[in-house]
Amino acid sequence: MIEFLHTYGLLFLVGSWPNGPVGGFAGTLILAFLGLAGAFPAALLVALARTGDNRYARALSTVWVYTFRSIPLIMIVFWAYFLLPVLTGTEVPPFSTALAAIIVYESAFLAEIIRAGIQSVPAGQREASRAVGLGYFQSLWSVQLPQALSNMIPSLVNQFVSTIKATSIVYIIGVQEAAFSAQQINSIELTAALRTYLVLALFYFLLCALLSKLAKSLETRLRNKRLGLAA
Amino acid sequence: MLSDPEIMDMLGTGIATTVVLFAAAMACGFCIALALTAVNLIPWRPVRSLVALYVEYHRNVPTVVQIMVWYFGMPEILPQALRAWINQGNTEFSFALIALSLNVSAYYYEDIRSGIRAIAGTQIEAARSVGLGAMQALRYVVLPQAVRYAVPPIINRSIILFKDTSLAMVIGVTELTYQAKRIENATFQTFQIFTITTVIYLCVSLLISALGAQIARRYPASFKS
Repeated sequence: MIEFLHTYGLLFLVGSWPNGPVGGFAGTLILAFLGLAGAFPAALLVALARTGDNRYARALSTVWVYTFRSIPLIMIVFWAYFLLPVLTGTEVPPFSTALAAIIVYESAFLAEIIRAGIQSVPAGQREASRAVGLGYFQSLWSVQLPQALSNMIPSLVNQFVSTIKATSIVYIIGVQEAAFSAQQINSIELTAALRTYLVLALFYFLLCALLSKLAKSLETRLRNKRLGLAA
Repeated sequence: MLSDPEIMDMLGTGIATTVVLFAAAMACGFCIALALTAVNLIPWRPVRSLVALYVEYHRNVPTVVQIMVWYFGMPEILPQALRAWINQGNTEFSFALIALSLNVSAYYYEDIRSGIRAIAGTQIEAARSVGLGAMQALRYVVLPQAVRYAVPPIINRSIILFKDTSLAMVIGVTELTYQAKRIENATFQTFQIFTITTVIYLCVSLLISALGAQIARRYPASFKS
């Protein structure tokens, strides 16, 4: 096992880097982080539309959320794989294709988190800020969102965990990430499938369990803060 | 495309496989979750730690990886007889079913457990003090309430399970996504087949969530109303 890790540990961690693109777990983390970060602006717009007064924006954003939450990520990846080259007119590398799919997919989930965050800020805050003369966006930017955001942090960490887990499917279009590395190792070794995939699972397990723990402790701290128990 | 019987046949196979895989994983997963709930009642710490580890493994490792561990890895250590038995049938389907059932059971188990824990201990004490036996208290007081708490999250998890059946394509199970990909390769009518597939996933997912909302409305968790 030590020898196995010695031989393939690096391939698991960073893929073929520095001789090729970054892959392995570094690739997974980059993809998940960029996916979530990229989804944030879109999700914010969708969440604002979902909580806003405009009927059409509300309907449209609701459709967006329900649609992308209801179809599997693989399907969205296939759509992106098919549509992006048609729309852009050029070849799109697998990483960008996967990233686009993940952004669209995560935007629906993130939008619901942001919506819950915005709705967790008491209406009085908005009313008060509007009453002292702030405009809609000013009130949103400097009063509502900062409070909403701090309430959302545990859910965001949890969503990051979900995103890390979700990215493991994009190896099927050839994106270099952890599952892709495992696939490579499996085809080199041929007889070490169980070991390869258990190591892969263990990596994910440690990473995600750690992040979930972090989310839980952040949640406890937040709850204590709300109850005024925090030190 | 829709007039070609061969293509329709492939699509039909895909839909049937997805539905069977989903229903079977849901049923098996629920039974395993019930068994875990029972096992966890054993007041012996190693047992509880094992159950906790089981749950953590299935919640923190991506479902695809779990499927790959079962399909590519487990045959190495499964007993010969069991392997032969699995290989007799549809190997890919069986391993996908095993992986998905175990995966969803961890989530179902957590839902059941929090449902039961949501019932205050005082209710059991009250039930026992008015003369109900332990089983009676469970049957008439705890479970009717716990089920109401547990059903909405179980239905939400089932929607995710339904979407997760698409992951079985990575090992070649002929479910809907796999068949869509095959039809695409055969006809090059990518847009049509992807639209049909997406709409099917969308409709079934929304149907399950509508069903869940209906149940939650008819059997609300709190008895205030």
